[in-house]
Amino acid sequence: MQRIGVFVCWCGTNIAATVDVKAVAEALGKEPGVVFATDYQYMCSQAGQDMIRDAIKEHNLGGVVICSCSPRMHETTFRKTAEKAGLNPYMVEIANIREQCSWIHKDMPTATEKAVILGRAAIAKVHLNAPLTAGESPVTKRALVIGGGIAGIQTALDIADAGFPVDIVEKKPTIGGKMTQIDKTFPTLDCAACILTPKMVEAAQNENIRIFSYSEVDSVKGFVGNFHATIRRKARYVKEDVCTGCGLCTEKCPQKKVPNEFNLGLDNRRAIYIPFAQAVPKVATIDPNYCTMLKSGKCGVCAKVCTAGAIDYKQKDEFIEEDYGAIVVATGFNPIKLDRYDEYAYSQSPDVVTSLEFERLMNAAGPTAGTLLRPSDGEHPHTLVFVQCVGSRETRDCGKPYCSKICCMYTAKHAMLCREKYPDTEVYVFYIDVRTPGKNFDEFYRRAVEEYGVHYIKGMVGKVVPENGKLKVQASDLLSNEQIHIDADMVILAAAIEPDESARSIATMLTASMDTNDFFTEAHPKLRPVESPTAGIFLSGVCQGPKDIPETVAQAGAAASKVIGLLAKDHLMCNPCVAEANELMCNGCSSCEKVCPYGAITYSDKEFPGPNRTRVLRRVASVNPAVCQGCGACTVACPSGAMDLKGFSTSQIMAEVDAICK
Amino acid sequence: MQELIKAKAIELLENGTVDRVLGWKAGEFFYDLTPAVFTSREEIEKDFVYSVFSGANLSKYLVKESRKDGKVAAFLKPCDTYSFNQLLKEHRIWRDHVHVVGIACDGMCDMEKIRAYGAKGVLSVERDGDTLKLETLYGPMTMNKADAEAERCICCKSRKLVAYDEKIGEDGDVIENSGRFDMVAKLEAMTPDERYAFWQGELSKCIRCNACRDVCPACTCEKCVFDNPKSGIAQKAAVNSFEESMYHIIRAFHVASRCTDCGECSRVCPQNIPLHLLNRKFIKDINELYGEYQSGADLETRPPLMNFTQEDCEPSVVYERGGKQA
Repeated sequence: MQRIGVFVCWCGTNIAATVDVKAVAEALGKEPGVVFATDYQYMCSQAGQDMIRDAIKEHNLGGVVICSCSPRMHETTFRKTAEKAGLNPYMVEIANIREQCSWIHKDMPTATEKAVILGRAAIAKVHLNAPLTAGESPVTKRALVIGGGIAGIQTALDIADAGFPVDIVEKKPTIGGKMTQIDKTFPTLDCAACILTPKMVEAAQNENIRIFSYSEVDSVKGFVGNFHATIRRKARYVKEDVCTGCGLCTEKCPQKKVPNEFNLGLDNRRAIYIPFAQAVPKVATIDPNYCTMLKSGKCGVCAKVCTAGAIDYKQKDEFIEEDYGAIVVATGFNPIKLDRYDEYAYSQSPDVVTSLEFERLMNAAGPTAGTLLRPSDGEHPHTLVFVQCVGSRETRDCGKPYCSKICCMYTAKHAMLCREKYPDTEVYVFYIDVRTPGKNFDEFYRRAVEEYGVHYIKGMVGKVVPENGKLKVQASDLLSNEQIHIDADMVILAAAIEPDESARSIATMLTASMDTNDFFTEAHPKLRPVESPTAGIFLSGVCQGPKDIPETVAQAGAAASKVIGLLAKDHLMCNPCVAEANELMCNGCSSCEKVCPYGAITYSDKEFPGPNRTRVLRRVASVNPAVCQGCGACTVACPSGAMDLKGFSTSQIMAEVDAICK
Repeated sequence: MQELIKAKAIELLENGTVDRVLGWKAGEFFYDLTPAVFTSREEIEKDFVYSVFSGANLSKYLVKESRKDGKVAAFLKPCDTYSFNQLLKEHRIWRDHVHVVGIACDGMCDMEKIRAYGAKGVLSVERDGDTLKLETLYGPMTMNKADAEAERCICCKSRKLVAYDEKIGEDGDVIENSGRFDMVAKLEAMTPDERYAFWQGELSKCIRCNACRDVCPACTCEKCVFDNPKSGIAQKAAVNSFEESMYHIIRAFHVASRCTDCGECSRVCPQNIPLHLLNRKFIKDINELYGEYQSGADLETRPPLMNFTQEDCEPSVVYERGGKQA
């Protein structure tokens, strides 16, 4: 039997307000094997840790139970404390009496009783703990950035600057992301292209950066420091290294009626195209859904006009295999689809547009060459109505419950730009609140109202009806409690933003967790905002939550610094809580191998002593401890129970259950 | 059929293809056939029996037999070939030490059913097409073979031989709508209390003889959890009837998605507990949740419970929330 010490933390009032910590320490002190039990205000503080260290030495403790917050919070802290006192760090168990007890109970007697039970379970487990030693694994000094928007580009540039090679995988034919489609940026109104395109070029020219455009990550295996990724380079039917980007093919291609996604379908492109003039790489791509040559084998105009001979109709998807030490997710966002918001007549009238479409209509490189014209008839609009929070802060299930954060500011920007370029326009903005919590943001919004005379009306638009070439807008003014009717020429909807649809499959591939809105979860919302709970996976940009460009760039840099910190190490400590096969019981049936998500299990034929001094050849499993992540899937798949997890063995878990049910 | 099989067994032994033959011989009684290994023409001529009582699935015996030196021939009926494949998939049988002779089968008979038909003091049973000719202490009698067929053969899932090196007789087809889930559906339609009463009634008859586990081709563990004192569920006297139920439920979980539904568990149960219904419930659920799956039908596919895909459904979503994702 171990000599166990129990330490009950108050966590200030976090635990002590709902759990009678003294009673818990007293009750657990009577458990078999417990030779010391105490409580303290903050166990994680220096004084608390000193108390644990002293107790280990004084009472010659063989096991330690800390009743405190979640092990995710301070398990490492307390393991280090134990190690400093000469105890194996894996002889420490945490009973979570904060998140799983004090925070969810109101009644002190109930919470106290539960805290005692949780402590008892941890004590039962420690009795069966064995000292474990962590091994080491090497670190591949290369990073993978998934997504080539401003977040991905900035992260890659910062990592590359530190001297580490980085690969950017972008699914579109060019890097740049959403920022390439934006006209001006708030609150300084500098042109998005002018500040972004130099960064794109810098990324392309950086010796440490490889850009895989028009590519997707097919699979990722491995673990922190040792990821192995397969990247699919989709066939663009143009040899990337031969194409000069002259653009002749994109002018001669006879297939002219392809909706141009760069301008959100507001104009058309050809079947062979370069998304925009500053694309990186500046290489043409054939759209296989529209190319007549690929579809029916008849045409071949682009191949004829291409002087470089870059066209290759027979190109196939290529797969690249590469090892990485760290992976940064920068998959970005999209505006939500508005087909469930019929009240705004988005699908009925071309003059009802989303803010991103409006961005293209104002952009000098857009479909109207920067002149604001109504999409329906090309006339100059006089009355414009902006509607905020379309699908954001939505309680119905057609929208998103969160604030999309960027819409207040870009709507103020749109309204301001409109009034500045076209002083003859009347601009209305309907809002629930105006949220401007950024540097120079509120000043910017006030300028729109005070200097540019934009009509801000608190209230929501109830209905938009297209009638006689006008859009009849029906809305309520909540401040003057009036119904308002406006005959508008254009209505601009600030659609909510949502994570890119690829995010979920990438999260599954990386075993990175997501919240209910498909935004990636950070390891700690305050203290580790750019790391995923999965070691070696980092988050950059809107994939983690809505944010504007300055915030995205700041987070991109933060993610890069975390990656650099990881890649700078030569070795990482492995997790010793890994699976182990008992060869004497193993059937060699491969069940564990099939369920192992990390490919950590292999089989070999081994000789074992048989009856009557014979030798028996048997197929048995073995676990590579450097690859195993200790998920435990194999232990439940194994029919004979030959597979067990160190630190979380079946007998330990059953002992905990027994202690709880006692 | 018996003559063809015996001739094949002798031929394989004498031409040196194999040095052992796995077949059946009479046990205590003529209808109580038991698996046996034969090594000579004499033994085969004297003891080898193939009859309507050759129900025993020989595939499991190959786990041990195939690991011995030399080669063994095994006579496998269609349902046995599914078990054979499943064992191959689990690397339990050394394929190159086995010569499989697939034999066509149109259903085995159950002595209990013959007795239930009214035959007493049965001395021998001869099959003649669709009829059975019985010799009894009280004189000869005949009955339809269909009336004597074993429960598992009446709702046979497949007459197809899915693995063999050579075969005797015509290969059959997979049988759609075999009706093998009818009883499971009936149990599902019961209220939880009725269902509990049904299973309590059946499982409390268990005497823990372990015959179901010992015969089950999916139970080939080097060390069974029920024999492992460290597992916490090792063999011991049951404290109450609930513990007996746990034995069968744990066993059903252990073979889930690997069980080929050969029905051996129910055949050997001396208490006539319909154990196959537990396994069929799993098979039915798996079919409904993850798509039709027959274990042992091939060597490539993964058992559904050992295969995770992004498209996998959440059973609670399907059963408790009417199939709608949250």
